[in-house]
Amino acid sequence: MTASSDIGSAEPQLLVPPVPTPTPQVRGPQESSQFLTWLGVAPFFLFALLFLILPTGFLMVGAFQDSHGHFTLANFRDLFQPGVLEAYWISFKVSAASAIGGAVIGSLLAWAAVQGRLPGWIRPTLMTFSGVASNFAGVPLAFAFICTLGRVGLVTVLLKKYVGLNLYSTGFSILSFTGLTVTYLYFQIPLMVLIVTPALDGLKREWREACDCLGGTSLQYWRYVALPVLWPSVLGATLLLFANSFGAVATAYALTGSSLNIVTILLYAQIRGDVLHNQNLGYALALGMILVTGLSNGGYIWLRARAERGRR
Amino acid sequence: MKSQSRVGAWTAMVVGSLYFLIPLAATFEFSLRMRRDSYSFDAYRVVLGDPRFQASFGYSMLMAVLTIVVGVLLVVPTAYWVRLRLPKLRPVVEFITLLPLVIPAIVIVFGYLRIYNSSSILPLTGNERATDLLLVFGYVTLSLPYMYRSVDAGLASVDVRSLTEAAECLGANWPTILFKVIFPNIRSGILSGAFLTFAVVIGEFTLASLLDRPAFGPYLQLIGANRAYEPSALAIIAFVITWASMGLIQVFGSARGSARGSARDAASGPTGGPASAAAGSKP
Repeated sequence: MTASSDIGSAEPQLLVPPVPTPTPQVRGPQESSQFLTWLGVAPFFLFALLFLILPTGFLMVGAFQDSHGHFTLANFRDLFQPGVLEAYWISFKVSAASAIGGAVIGSLLAWAAVQGRLPGWIRPTLMTFSGVASNFAGVPLAFAFICTLGRVGLVTVLLKKYVGLNLYSTGFSILSFTGLTVTYLYFQIPLMVLIVTPALDGLKREWREACDCLGGTSLQYWRYVALPVLWPSVLGATLLLFANSFGAVATAYALTGSSLNIVTILLYAQIRGDVLHNQNLGYALALGMILVTGLSNGGYIWLRARAERGRR
Repeated sequence: MKSQSRVGAWTAMVVGSLYFLIPLAATFEFSLRMRRDSYSFDAYRVVLGDPRFQASFGYSMLMAVLTIVVGVLLVVPTAYWVRLRLPKLRPVVEFITLLPLVIPAIVIVFGYLRIYNSSSILPLTGNERATDLLLVFGYVTLSLPYMYRSVDAGLASVDVRSLTEAAECLGANWPTILFKVIFPNIRSGILSGAFLTFAVVIGEFTLASLLDRPAFGPYLQLIGANRAYEPSALAIIAFVITWASMGLIQVFGSARGSARGSARDAASGPTGGPASAAAGSKP
């Protein structure tokens, strides 16, 4: 930019030496337009800085400090105390179970809709419903499952009345690990359907036909053709589902109150009332969550890029 | 083999539908049981007549509208400008807009409470109006992935450069170009983003609860902890609202093919609840 304006200012001087002032006139507009170009994105970056990066950065820095502001790694050591570690572990189990369950069931449903030769109306209905159900989370979802599988929920009552099975005497509770997983599946499965359907669409009919022509069995088709193409998409989506439930607060809170010790609920309690009695440990807790969701999202993005390359 | 695979597909579909429909049916049935002897809509009457319901729902509606306005004004010019003048910056902007999917909402609001507390330079949690403002900005942040993706997909479907040059030739200034040329051309993308944002904001719990604002989400939670039949009625109402906003996206989305793929990507939501994907209907 400086180079081009130098040339611009040199030329008029060369041709018409006595005119001394063209330099600022030539440089002025260009410089200001360059400035304006960057000014155009300034509000966005200012916003991101104020409401996304600085708040998160503050917690990240705080996680490495003790209460007097000195550098320390003690907070991370304290994360390994029983209560906190257990919270991470339960969160991990619930997220993994609902992610894997959601991935398997969601893939099956998507496969049934895409390749199952079902009537034409099924697929758009499933997709629309998935769009709604993947958004139907939080407090209302918890209510719905209490009405269904709670102590006086419809399914609980019907099972007792007609099948003679008392769900709650088997140790099941909607407030438990199993209950929370079953509830999370309600938004995990539809999300999986929405993500994996395009990948299933990418499986060409010709591949199946070619495999059949060459004498391949159904098993061989899946083993050597379909799965090698699909696995990055499916695994990536599973990681996404994992992160999705790891950060969820509202459903779990409305469902179990604070009776189930998962990490988001622990963090919620910590923000409300410093239950850990150490502000900086709270920051470390938050940083730990970012690490987990960040890693699984990163894995998703990497695998998705891989899947897209493979499809080309 | 052919019939076999169809049996499998039907089984998957039927079991899936049962899992998804039974909770809805159970919730609806439960919401009708308020009167001991017969089914009635009493629970809905009680809920809709509750002044706290009206107040909190109205508050959340207002927050949603403000979030959409701020979000559109922030995202559309940025996405437009990046496409037109700063294409090199696009990966950076995209990365930032995806961050709210990576950082859980509860962590973001934790940061707000530390940075904007009453003893800080910018004490946004100091008084109620300022906290409302912080809540709106928080919601804008949460909806950034959905809004940016929808708008950017809208921009991808029109020739931004030619439109801008044509408008410039005709003597239009920047506000005119932006509001009279670009906005109308990417209307369907903006609307998709707006309805997704609406679905995210209307029942949001974490931010509103921790910033201590009287929004719909915390109200739902409160009722859930204290009442028997009203929560189920509220759950049905919430489901209808979600269904309505997704339905509207479909309507506006299919008017133009623009926002489709994008909304599917925006499905990537680890924000816990409202990961959304709405418009992925027909590929």
